[in-house]
Amino acid sequence: MNRFYAMVAVLAVVLGVGVFALLRTGGGTAPAAAAGPPPTVVDDSFRGYSLGQGRAPVEIVEYLDFECPVCASFATIQMPTIKEQLINTGKVRWRYRDFPLAIHKYSRFAAHAAQCAGAQGRFFEMHDQLFNHHQWAQTGKDPSDLFRSFAQAAGVDLKAYDACMQTGRYAQRIEFSRQEGEQVLVDGTPTFYANGKKLFTNLRRLPSSDDFKAVADSIIAHSPPKPPTQQEREHLRH
Amino acid sequence: MRHRQAIALLALVGLFVALYLWLHALGFGGAIKCGTSGGCETVQTSPWAVFLGLPVAFYGVVGYVVVLVVALVALRPAALAQRPWNVLLAGLATAGVLFTAYLTYLELFVIQAICRWCVGSAIIITLIWIVSLLSLRSPATRTDLSASPQQPDPRV
Repeated sequence: MNRFYAMVAVLAVVLGVGVFALLRTGGGTAPAAAAGPPPTVVDDSFRGYSLGQGRAPVEIVEYLDFECPVCASFATIQMPTIKEQLINTGKVRWRYRDFPLAIHKYSRFAAHAAQCAGAQGRFFEMHDQLFNHHQWAQTGKDPSDLFRSFAQAAGVDLKAYDACMQTGRYAQRIEFSRQEGEQVLVDGTPTFYANGKKLFTNLRRLPSSDDFKAVADSIIAHSPPKPPTQQEREHLRH
Repeated sequence: MRHRQAIALLALVGLFVALYLWLHALGFGGAIKCGTSGGCETVQTSPWAVFLGLPVAFYGVVGYVVVLVVALVALRPAALAQRPWNVLLAGLATAGVLFTAYLTYLELFVIQAICRWCVGSAIIITLIWIVSLLSLRSPATRTDLSASPQQPDPRV
């Protein structure tokens, strides 16, 4: 019996050391102020980059994590159809909000890279780079150099990008978005809201473009027609 | 006794598997060590990685701790001959297997990604379940041989 308890103790120590080693070898050094949460959070009144027309009757807000593989699948597989069928047709405006998950070492850093690109008007190009070349998220290695090459491919001026990343200029904005997500009960990524209402709470799979089309059509069918703009009224008179 | 020892050792291994996944879910360490398929990341970041507001791995940690503690308590000399401990362990293992079956269903048919650590945990709880069922079939361990009933003499 004593031999058994000795075996339990030895096994516990070996497994404990193993788990500790697994957690310790989690990748490279997290770079600069852009990679971690900021000590304070300030609302800079920014509410995310958006695609589509300002007058679109439906606004979809997507809380995403750039290191999340499901977000990458959604961005690369479903989003092109959604852009073509819903955003470009004026039905839907799509707003991106950051929700970096704690389990991802570089998701804040990636969100920051996208924001720094956004400061130069290249958010969507950087967003596509980060999701189209998502292998970086599987390696656990420091992606600083890779992100610079993505930024370059996205048409970003690297000098301004480097300064932005070094100072962590948008760390507070990203944390504010994450806290906002927590307040509206984001429980994973991606999570979607249509005109403020959480979507697909009972859907047991990743939503498809058809699911968003059904949501948009339903909202449009149940909303009163918007009064025409001044320009449209003048057009009707002639 | 052997059954309970086996359950305790298996629960200890399962505990550390669940502990690693739980600590990872809390943000400790970097990318999860899971090969290059990305299945663990897909599963861990899916909406089903959280159950009743807590990471699923947390329930694994609690479950394995309970099984481990019960198995160790059942290994005390005074408890060795008591069969209700076998029933309790089988009940706990059955609950664990059912929860694992639900999670495996989600992996295969909903998330459509396989997490190797989750498969490892599923194998461990299934082994615990099998051993606990075998313990129900075996006779109770006698701790005091002199107190045991006399066996009839097989010689005629």
